[in-house]
Amino acid sequence: MADILFYVFASIAVGGALGVVMAKSPVGSLLFMVVTLAAVAAEFILLEAHFLGAVQIIVYAGAIMVLFLFVIMLLNLGHDYARDIKGGLFSVLSFAVVGAMAGLLVRGQGAPAGSGGLSGPGAAAIDAANAEFGVVGAIAEPLFTTYVVPFEITGILLLVAIVGALVLAKRHV
Amino acid sequence: MIAESLVLAAILFVVGTFGVLVRRNAIIIFLCIELQLNAVNLTLVALSRLHGIDAQIFVFFVMTVAAAEAAVGLAIIISIFRHYETVDVNNFNLLKW
Repeated sequence: MADILFYVFASIAVGGALGVVMAKSPVGSLLFMVVTLAAVAAEFILLEAHFLGAVQIIVYAGAIMVLFLFVIMLLNLGHDYARDIKGGLFSVLSFAVVGAMAGLLVRGQGAPAGSGGLSGPGAAAIDAANAEFGVVGAIAEPLFTTYVVPFEITGILLLVAIVGALVLAKRHV
Repeated sequence: MIAESLVLAAILFVVGTFGVLVRRNAIIIFLCIELQLNAVNLTLVALSRLHGIDAQIFVFFVMTVAAAEAAVGLAIIISIFRHYETVDVNNFNLLKW
């Protein structure tokens, strides 16, 4: 069952990704991106990363994509359907390079033997943590102990990003 | 399912790379970069089944940085649009040799 679902969501994700690249209008591209993000969130959940699946929907599909949509509407690009995919030799060359990259990645990424299904060496630890702390607690426990300094630095990064975005987008500073 | 996830992540990353290479609308290029980040996240989540929960923490940080990057990048695009009245990257050649 999980395998079938995996392939269903994988094809949705790849189809959405192709839609992002091929869609004519920026808004169409964006909506395809939301489809892809939702499918990837489903893959997260199938891989037993429930918290990240929820965060993917809330932060990516909910917040970041709406930010993109705001900018597209603000710049009034929604009806600019000029053909903007580069054609000719460059396109063929990109396909060749990208295909070679895909081949290399897939060949180099063979999973270690005996890792079929969901059972890896780390899976037992994650399942135990999920059982002990709950799905959110399993992530929160290392986040607020081992990784507390990077976590705080992330807060500073977000503050700097807000200030930077304001300064860049403001007409007169 | 781990190996299949890695292959799916590779395909998504390559499609994102292709988008960055062939599109000319700056916003769509930016969207394709987000797609690449998402493919990397999928790789990390799949590998967390092999190497433990630290990979999922890393995905959390990648998402935060992606949010910050989206805010700053879109501000830059708005500022470029004010200056050139377009978001077609063919027109931005000041730093091109």
